[in-house]
Amino acid sequence: MTTGTTGTGGTGTGSPPRREYTPQRPGSGWFGPRSLARRSVSAGETWVLAALIIMMAIFTVLAPGKFLTTNDLSLISQGAAPFLVMAIGETFVILTAGIDLSVGFVLVLSGVVAGEYYVHNGGASAGTGTVWIGVLIGLATGGAFGLLQGLAVAKAKIPPLIATLMGLGVAEGLSYLITGGHDLSTVPGKLASSIGQGSLGGVQWLIIISFLATLAFGLILAYTRFGRYTFAIGSNPEAARRVGINVDWHLIKVYGLSGLMAGLAGIMNLAYFSTTTISGHPLDNLTVITAVVIGGASLFGGRGSMLGTFIGVFIPEMLAAGLIIIGVNQYWQYILTGLVLGAAVYLDQIRRRLRERT
Amino acid sequence: MTEVAEPLLEARGLVKHYGHVLALDSASFTAYPGEVVALIGDNGAGKSTLVKTLSGAIRPDRGEILVEGRAVQMSSPLDARRYGIETVYQDLALAPDLDAAANLHLGREIYRFRPLHVLNKAEMRKRAVAAFADLGVELPDVTAPVVTLSGGQRQSVAVARAVAYASKIIFMDEPTAALGVVQRERVLDNIRRVRDRGIAVVLISHNMPEVLAVSDRVEVLRMGHRVARFKASEATVEQLVGAMTGALTTEDADEPVTGAAATAAGGNGTAPGDGRGQA
Repeated sequence: MTTGTTGTGGTGTGSPPRREYTPQRPGSGWFGPRSLARRSVSAGETWVLAALIIMMAIFTVLAPGKFLTTNDLSLISQGAAPFLVMAIGETFVILTAGIDLSVGFVLVLSGVVAGEYYVHNGGASAGTGTVWIGVLIGLATGGAFGLLQGLAVAKAKIPPLIATLMGLGVAEGLSYLITGGHDLSTVPGKLASSIGQGSLGGVQWLIIISFLATLAFGLILAYTRFGRYTFAIGSNPEAARRVGINVDWHLIKVYGLSGLMAGLAGIMNLAYFSTTTISGHPLDNLTVITAVVIGGASLFGGRGSMLGTFIGVFIPEMLAAGLIIIGVNQYWQYILTGLVLGAAVYLDQIRRRLRERT
Repeated sequence: MTEVAEPLLEARGLVKHYGHVLALDSASFTAYPGEVVALIGDNGAGKSTLVKTLSGAIRPDRGEILVEGRAVQMSSPLDARRYGIETVYQDLALAPDLDAAANLHLGREIYRFRPLHVLNKAEMRKRAVAAFADLGVELPDVTAPVVTLSGGQRQSVAVARAVAYASKIIFMDEPTAALGVVQRERVLDNIRRVRDRGIAVVLISHNMPEVLAVSDRVEVLRMGHRVARFKASEATVEQLVGAMTGALTTEDADEPVTGAAATAAGGNGTAPGDGRGQA
């Protein structure tokens, strides 16, 4: 990273205890040392953005006029919405050097619990109030599940991989036990027609919700104490502890957030498909982790961004859409996504090595 | 000058057991305002335990801690901070992915909008630049992640953080242990600068020439007990080593709790030198 011009040096060699210091006025303009433009060049997500743009350019050239029609974009964004929402929580978790494997299963569990509530309360013709209560129940289920996993990680000191693997099993088992293995398909019409299929000003509610959530939590990550502590804990938990940060409680909240986001994704999923899709999400966790890592977040914690995650979610989706349009077997998507993932982690390793000086 | 001043921080008869191990055996320690006092001792002499006790990280089983003459309870590092005591840990305790400004304010963020804990990054940057300038430290860019800084610069960040909040005392645990020659000089400069600001510095070190170069006084710990005090200007490396290893004892004020240290202290009671080491 290039540094700005170094301080003074002009104060002579007498080295008085307090020398004149020119505070490098952090440039707030567009091209100053701290400008958005400059920062984004050095940020980890830059190359991901470049990859996305190149990819889109290639597809546009190969299939002019067919790729990236408004309709495409809207379909892609709709399909990606639950992943994007789960990736928000996963980003926070990975930034703390953790991992949450349970997300797809918590999605299902939250949908199942909310669905069960709807079955017993008004069914397909449930009123607005009931719909909202069901939504809150779904969110609470995910959030509570996440908090429990956070407790396992922070207090019981169970490694995140195992704690959330455990949670994955519990969530899956509960979903099957509650439903008896049969999807609940009695979903209120008001839920399906609003969040599920409805739109506002031509934009699907699923897209609006997922984008707004990304924006909100992106701001929280970048500009608030919660975000700052997340980075600090992922960077050096012991240092965070010593300056008085309640590391355990913060971790519990972060896993709780991931659960909450999975719960939101569960409601979106339930609304979109009008059924609980119990067996439909076995690999969501890996899809989400892939997106976060492609987006430049370091699995060692401490580094990453919500913008990166956002792009990371869309790269595999765009790839799939583009391959279909140019007539290449769409299963190439998996291979290419795998390669991109490998490249992302390899790049992270190189970056780590390059910048570590001693 | 230090003789007449009231001690800033004083520990009296601190005892700390870890199971069967007696880490502090009626240990005492004194720091005066505006001095650099070195705390030395062989491995296992109880230096770390003593520092942890005085910085609130652990609680002693027995004994008194006085800040400016008043007995205080230090049950957490936050307590110690409230009394104006900060610690620069050997591993620096910095978050490498955060920049210098963020590290300086870690745990003590400044907010733009408090109810939502929205950070005031500009203000924190400004204060960080001022804090480094105050210490005479040149940091090319307070917004660069700490991991990209050199070892000496990182040390400066940790010191600046302690200085920014310490109103009375800074403990520095082996601050130069991991550094090269040039960086080591820089840290010693930092220590002197801090002292010149009227803050007492307690330096824990193994490096005797360094201790004599930078300290005003030296206190020696052996087997959990203070065995000697020196004025750095009058002490030699041989004396310090002698005190650390048990060849020299100048302290007899505090009675150790157990026989082991008592025998050691009593056996070599009279200093082979002229016993000029005293406070």
